[in-house]
Amino acid sequence: MSHLDESMQGGGRPRPTLGNFLYSKTFRTFAAQIVMAVIVLMAGLFLYRNIIDNLNAQNIATGFGFLEQDAQFDIGETAIRYDASDSYARAFLVGLLNTLIVSAAGIVLATVLGFAVGFARVSSNWLLSKVATGYVEIVRNIPVILQVIFWAVVLRNLPNARNAMDFYGLVFLTNRGLSFTVPSANPVHEIMGLAFAAGIVLAIIGSYLARRHREKTGKYIDMLWPSLGLIFGLPALVWLAGGAPTALSIPVLKGFNFKGGATISPEFTALLVGIALYASGFIAEIVRAGLQATPRGQVEAARSIGLKPRFVMRYVVLPQALRVIVPPLTSQYVSLMKNSSIAVIVGYPDLVNIGNTVMNQTGQAVEAIAVMMLVYLTISIVTSTLMNFYNRLVAIKER
Amino acid sequence: MPNSLSAPKVAATVHTMDEFDPNATLPFGKWVGKNLFNSVPQSILTVIVAACLLRFFWFVLNWGILDAVFYTTDPDVCRAAAGACWAVIVEKHRPMLFGLYPYDEQWRLVVMMVIYLLTVVVSLMPRFWNLKLLIPLWVVSVTSIFVLMFGGVFGLPFVPSADWGGLPLTMILFSGTVLIGMPVAVLLALGRRSPLPVAKGFSVVFIEALRGVPLITILFVAVNVFPLFLPAGVEVNKLLRVVIGIAIFFACYQAEVIRGGLQAIPKGQYEAAASLNLTYWQTTRRIILPQALRISLPAITNHIIAAMKNTSFVIIIGLFDILTATTAVMQDPLWRRYYVEAYLFVAAIYLFFGYALSLYARQVEKWINTGRI
Amino acid sequence: MISIYKSMLSCVTVAATLAATAAYADSGDTLATVKERGELLCGVHPARHGFAAPDSQGNWAGLEADFCRAIAAAIFGDASKVRFVALSSQQRFPAIQSGEVDVLVRNVTATLGRDTALGLNFAPPIFYTGTGFLVHADSGVETIKDLDGATICVAPGSTTERNVAQIFASRGMEYTPVVIENNKQLVDAYVTGRCDALTKDKAALPGVRAYDTTDPKEHVLLPGIFSKEPLAPAVRQGDDQWYDLVKWVVYATFNAEELGVTAENADEMKGSNDVDIQSLLGTTGDYGAKLGLDEDWAYNIVTQVGNYAEIYNRHFGPESATPLDRDLNTLWVDGGLLYGFPIK
Repeated sequence: MSHLDESMQGGGRPRPTLGNFLYSKTFRTFAAQIVMAVIVLMAGLFLYRNIIDNLNAQNIATGFGFLEQDAQFDIGETAIRYDASDSYARAFLVGLLNTLIVSAAGIVLATVLGFAVGFARVSSNWLLSKVATGYVEIVRNIPVILQVIFWAVVLRNLPNARNAMDFYGLVFLTNRGLSFTVPSANPVHEIMGLAFAAGIVLAIIGSYLARRHREKTGKYIDMLWPSLGLIFGLPALVWLAGGAPTALSIPVLKGFNFKGGATISPEFTALLVGIALYASGFIAEIVRAGLQATPRGQVEAARSIGLKPRFVMRYVVLPQALRVIVPPLTSQYVSLMKNSSIAVIVGYPDLVNIGNTVMNQTGQAVEAIAVMMLVYLTISIVTSTLMNFYNRLVAIKER
Repeated sequence: MPNSLSAPKVAATVHTMDEFDPNATLPFGKWVGKNLFNSVPQSILTVIVAACLLRFFWFVLNWGILDAVFYTTDPDVCRAAAGACWAVIVEKHRPMLFGLYPYDEQWRLVVMMVIYLLTVVVSLMPRFWNLKLLIPLWVVSVTSIFVLMFGGVFGLPFVPSADWGGLPLTMILFSGTVLIGMPVAVLLALGRRSPLPVAKGFSVVFIEALRGVPLITILFVAVNVFPLFLPAGVEVNKLLRVVIGIAIFFACYQAEVIRGGLQAIPKGQYEAAASLNLTYWQTTRRIILPQALRISLPAITNHIIAAMKNTSFVIIIGLFDILTATTAVMQDPLWRRYYVEAYLFVAAIYLFFGYALSLYARQVEKWINTGRI
Repeated sequence: MISIYKSMLSCVTVAATLAATAAYADSGDTLATVKERGELLCGVHPARHGFAAPDSQGNWAGLEADFCRAIAAAIFGDASKVRFVALSSQQRFPAIQSGEVDVLVRNVTATLGRDTALGLNFAPPIFYTGTGFLVHADSGVETIKDLDGATICVAPGSTTERNVAQIFASRGMEYTPVVIENNKQLVDAYVTGRCDALTKDKAALPGVRAYDTTDPKEHVLLPGIFSKEPLAPAVRQGDDQWYDLVKWVVYATFNAEELGVTAENADEMKGSNDVDIQSLLGTTGDYGAKLGLDEDWAYNIVTQVGNYAEIYNRHFGPESATPLDRDLNTLWVDGGLLYGFPIK
């Protein structure tokens, strides 16, 4: 309890009679809360009764039973196996995965762009920093939905498949999307993926051991190249050991579309570019503020003791900058994820778009919207929990 | 800024060494040398960026001005030209700016926008910051705006709110959001800081739940679900439902900003107020809120600008704001290929108002720092 | 101090009253509500040429818009007392369920699921159609079989969305759906060539071809109808009187055509000896009163809006912008499906 209570408990020192009790601040505070609680409950009850009455009066179906029925509609882009005979629940899952895919791609793109522009903003090159400022002002101040629609219309007006923009016969850009050459499917690829993950784990362990070693002996071991070697070398070794398969799957125009290779749909691209550019403007500003939070004196001090520029960044600027950058950055990530819900306007099958279809097919708007809201709420809560955890991790440790 | 993590989420201005501008006094030649060509990599970078910029501006000059068609009623003229077709905006400006509002009545929207902008401009000037003046002003202008928009009196034909559209609708959505949202935000922020567990619990759950979901789902609720929660026969206008939906969403974000401001107020202020035997509401209204709002003003204006951009989300539920109207106009088979020009026009409108708002916000910060307000 | 208690008390009272009234609220009497309001709230498609679309002056035109007018003419004797509420496919069912509109005449296919789980009642269909496909003429697609592997633009939540899945699955063909709710964006995606075909109810496609494409000749309607789409006005369950009214407004237009009563000859037909015509035009019997209407309810429909043939030809006739053969939408006597129950 805070100082506010003290102010509320002020007043005279009356004798304890019933009248005085009724007018005492303690009682009034208590009564006010009871009334508040009653009003909130009543309002809730009122709304609940209305909706039940309304739904019953018209025999509208209620409940989440529909989730197990057959969806009977197809989805354009699916990360998992799905067809029209699957359930509504699975359709929702497909939508959720699509939301996560476009959000993840958006976060990567926005972060790369945002950091690049953020660094450009604080660059000592006047021209570059002004260009970066112009970029930030433009992408931040145009509504994200306008940007997404704009990119969607631009992509739709690209040439059709027969007149595709052809890049060396390997990459094709059409109004059906970007088709590009990928290595033909090969079991070796899965092992390479595992090797890549193992490389990352080994690199982390290696860096940890190197740090322990340094803390004990004061001798510095540069782990940058060994780490990169592990992460990219291991998959390369696996590839060689697997017979170095070089077969490529090249997109070829067959019938209506390019077959083979991999294709990124225009809807995905438009949404991705729109939400990522928008977020990159905000991220650039966050990065700028973070970089400027390190007093210049510290950088100069670090240089004057002969630290290489890479280490000045790594050990002086970034640790301080990240503490300032990471919390607002995460909320940008969450808001990017929520912005991906405008997919419905360009037709990318994300959670809201699928939910929208389900709402129409079943007519159960309340339930379908509740599913969407709960999913987003869960993602937000999980993210902010992780964030708090990270904050505790990087918070300044006072000794 | 020590330990900025636990500090309240207030966009405090960062004062570092970089803020001091040593360039201000340099002569031009030295300035160029220092900021553009101070080392070999730096010079290469400057040349590359400058080349790209020149290429870009050359294109803009050619496409946007030299080869552009500024006025024609014949789309074929545009087709023949190599540059932009600004004629599409001349030709289509009325459906883009005014949406589905009856054509012959659109002069009312022009008058409405003039009244609206005048009211806003007057309200933004500190010399008129006097509730005795502002409240009647807003009552009068809101009333006249509604009379103009709806009609049905003084011989003006009635226009239902379903037919409102374009820029006036964007303005109504935006102002409604801010006018309804700000008081709600203050209440939620106070609730979250309240010593009463019920008020606090309610505010926390409300704020966090709404901040956790996308605006679109709230619009879906406002449009599709909310009417089911009303008793049969009771109706709330769709536009009003949407405005309230956006406003509450806005309020939840704004409440967090204001809470940051509240947290930054020293304990002594509360104690001083208590020693004067001020009640909770007196303390809040006269001592705490004015300071808290002043502290969080930069962040508040950021969210107000965001609210303006967020009005464009109504395209998803089919309200005819300026963006929806423009996408609809771009459906015209004869003019559809000039979509870039049309969307640039809409973007320019948003940029203009957004830039004006942020310039004003910077001015207010200056006033605060110099103690003028 | 007392005032605090007073305000608390009044808050509690208000909340309690609200909660109590909710229990007594009744979805009840739509006709009375409409009469009291002085206008009919009719849910229509935002832009489907031929069915409902505002022209450049904001006047709604189309077959479905005219059925809204017919209902208003029956109730008020004035076909103009309609407020058209444009509804996206997503908003249409919540809008009728929540009472935002009195009747939904918005390209709704009557299905068992909607009749039951959505709490709707369907009046007789006013238009029989089926899923159709619009394709680019230069694509060389001539039949549905040529669409194997195609990209199809489809609106979400429509019966069409399910039909496409079924049509392609049953033929063992593959396709990629592009699902966009915003109709303008959807049509734009087809016209720019993002999709090989646009699928909608067949009757809606001539409108797209006529109004949304640069050159209508560059687009072809695939022959054949691929599903059953009876488009019918829908009302809420729980108000039988209102349901009856909407149903008989539809039958009145069928019967007027069958009996040869038109907007022009309705006045002289009033003097007819045919008892069927007399019943329709209210010179015999009290059929209007039975529906809760004036006796000249059907007379008002025919004179102000027209019989079914007049309504159809206004929007789909050979002279219209979106000509379409009447096919199934002819009277039963001509081999069609329109069969007006007798007014007896």
